[in-house]
Amino acid sequence: MKESLGVYDYWPYHNRPKIEWPNGAKVAFWVAPNIEFYELDPPNNPHRKAWPQPSPALPGYTIRDYGNRVGHRRQMDLLDKYGIRGSVSLSVALCEHHPEIIEMVCDRDWELFSHGIYNTRYTYGLSEEQEREMIRDSIETIHRHTGQKCAGYLAPALSHSERTLDLFAEAGSDLFGNEAGFYTCDLFHDDQPTPVRVRNGKQFISMPYSLEMNDTIVYAVNKVEPRHYATMLKRHFDRLYEEGKESGTVMCIPTHNYQVSCPHRMKAFEEALEYITGHSDVWVATGREIAEHYITHHYDSTLADIENKKRLAK
Amino acid sequence: MTLDKNYLEYSKRSYGHDHNRFQWSMLTDRPPVQWGNGKTLAVWINTSLQFYPLNQRGKPFKVPNGMTMPYPDLRHFTLRDYGNRVGIYRCLKAFERYDIKPTFAINSQLALETPYLMEQLEEAGGEFICHGWNMDHLHYGGQDIEEESEIVKRSVDTLRRLVDSPVRGWLSPAKNQSWNTPELLAENGIEYCCDWVNDDMPYRFDTERGPLTMMPLSTEIEDQFIIGQNLHSEDSWVEQVKDAFDFLLEESNSQGGRMLALNIHPWLIGQPHRIRSLELVLEYIMSHSGVWQATAGEIFDAVKQQTLREG
Repeated sequence: MKESLGVYDYWPYHNRPKIEWPNGAKVAFWVAPNIEFYELDPPNNPHRKAWPQPSPALPGYTIRDYGNRVGHRRQMDLLDKYGIRGSVSLSVALCEHHPEIIEMVCDRDWELFSHGIYNTRYTYGLSEEQEREMIRDSIETIHRHTGQKCAGYLAPALSHSERTLDLFAEAGSDLFGNEAGFYTCDLFHDDQPTPVRVRNGKQFISMPYSLEMNDTIVYAVNKVEPRHYATMLKRHFDRLYEEGKESGTVMCIPTHNYQVSCPHRMKAFEEALEYITGHSDVWVATGREIAEHYITHHYDSTLADIENKKRLAK
Repeated sequence: MTLDKNYLEYSKRSYGHDHNRFQWSMLTDRPPVQWGNGKTLAVWINTSLQFYPLNQRGKPFKVPNGMTMPYPDLRHFTLRDYGNRVGIYRCLKAFERYDIKPTFAINSQLALETPYLMEQLEEAGGEFICHGWNMDHLHYGGQDIEEESEIVKRSVDTLRRLVDSPVRGWLSPAKNQSWNTPELLAENGIEYCCDWVNDDMPYRFDTERGPLTMMPLSTEIEDQFIIGQNLHSEDSWVEQVKDAFDFLLEESNSQGGRMLALNIHPWLIGQPHRIRSLELVLEYIMSHSGVWQATAGEIFDAVKQQTLREG
């Protein structure tokens, strides 16, 4: 085990080279709906239990199923209303289980990225070979069902190994060169994209995917009231919008169709979306679009600035 | 520890759900349901009446809201008992005041031991649902089928003996089941079950002993979930129920009949400082003309009739 992650450098949020988003936008805003499939009877993983009760663990399973049967359409309708194309963090087995959802998402030109096969199959305990196979399966499944070359990764149920980012970058390169496997949502260390070192040396970045704004963290872990979630989202946006004058920032709302789409939470979510998209200098984009823009225009200058700051500090 | 090769095998990775209990469909893709008389939103007010034993076994898990202290946990035992002796009578008054037709999900052991309470509940003119034996008789994966079969039968038979109207519905303690629970319910003549909270409308649920209807009794809007587990204020609970109500009412105007299933617990909402919140919720709901406030069984019948008519 390592003491520190060591895949990115210390890079202070201070005097950074200016990030310019298209049309002078201050904030690149993206919504990342997690569309997940949890199994009723998942295999045992000795490192992490899928459910607190023996299977069938209905309390957890059934509310997640609610997300796909009821919640997805609600959320999609709301994103349509505010002109937002989602960037879906996908349990890719959903392509087989619920193709109707995949079809709707593709009709809207949403992005799909890999969130593993099932959210009840963890990375813990997989050999490198097994993890590579799982990640490759997920990229291939998205491509087979949608034609998209998967750009991003969020490990299933946030379960990682030390090699996860390397393996994702490599699987993307093996299958589609630089067109796939170039951003991760697994790191929460910054409000701007940052370069991440991977084993095969490709240009690879961390995309801000705020765990603090993630509805499951907000509702299920921090137990926040729905109307207060709207307040938090607005405050988060206000600050990033203000700071975005100096250098473009990224705001992400990671959602789950079984949290944000419950009837008692829709009003609060809509209030936040209306507020954010009501501002003029917001670039409403997908994860891939933001990552590509950043890599094309700012990746090299960031690396140079990091080296420069390291040198000055010495 | 490296995992076995079968950890990456996915035997159920194919169309639909990963079980064969019911058809996969999205709510918006089903034929719209009509409640009649210009009503679009059915509101089911469910009151859960529960007995939490002092000598809780907690097998195979501790029931939420049960005993947490070393034996004897007088604190939680009596706080829960409060609901059946004090809280429920405040709820009944509120139901009368706002003309609510209630649904009572009751543990059969409690029904057996409190004849006075049962008389009062009968007088309130609602419907009874069997809520299992007590809150420490859980239904769970791996449970011995003979044991579970006896509990289901005893619970259903006991409640049927005690009430005049038919007992057609079932709510498992903690909404947890074994793999066999649906078959055992069908075997005992139960027509609908409330455990699977995966929809906002009733739907058909298959068992090897004939079909059931699932009547999802939402967990996330319950008083015990919002106030008890999430520690939100009473005012926030009222706001959240109103937001849910407004949203479903609007959805029901454009997409066909919807159902708001509101489950409450007298041991929680029946406290002096909370009962006003229930009254505010009931007042708000009943002030809307598009509402059909009904029992679970009435909503079940309306859905069943339409499903049959549409083949």
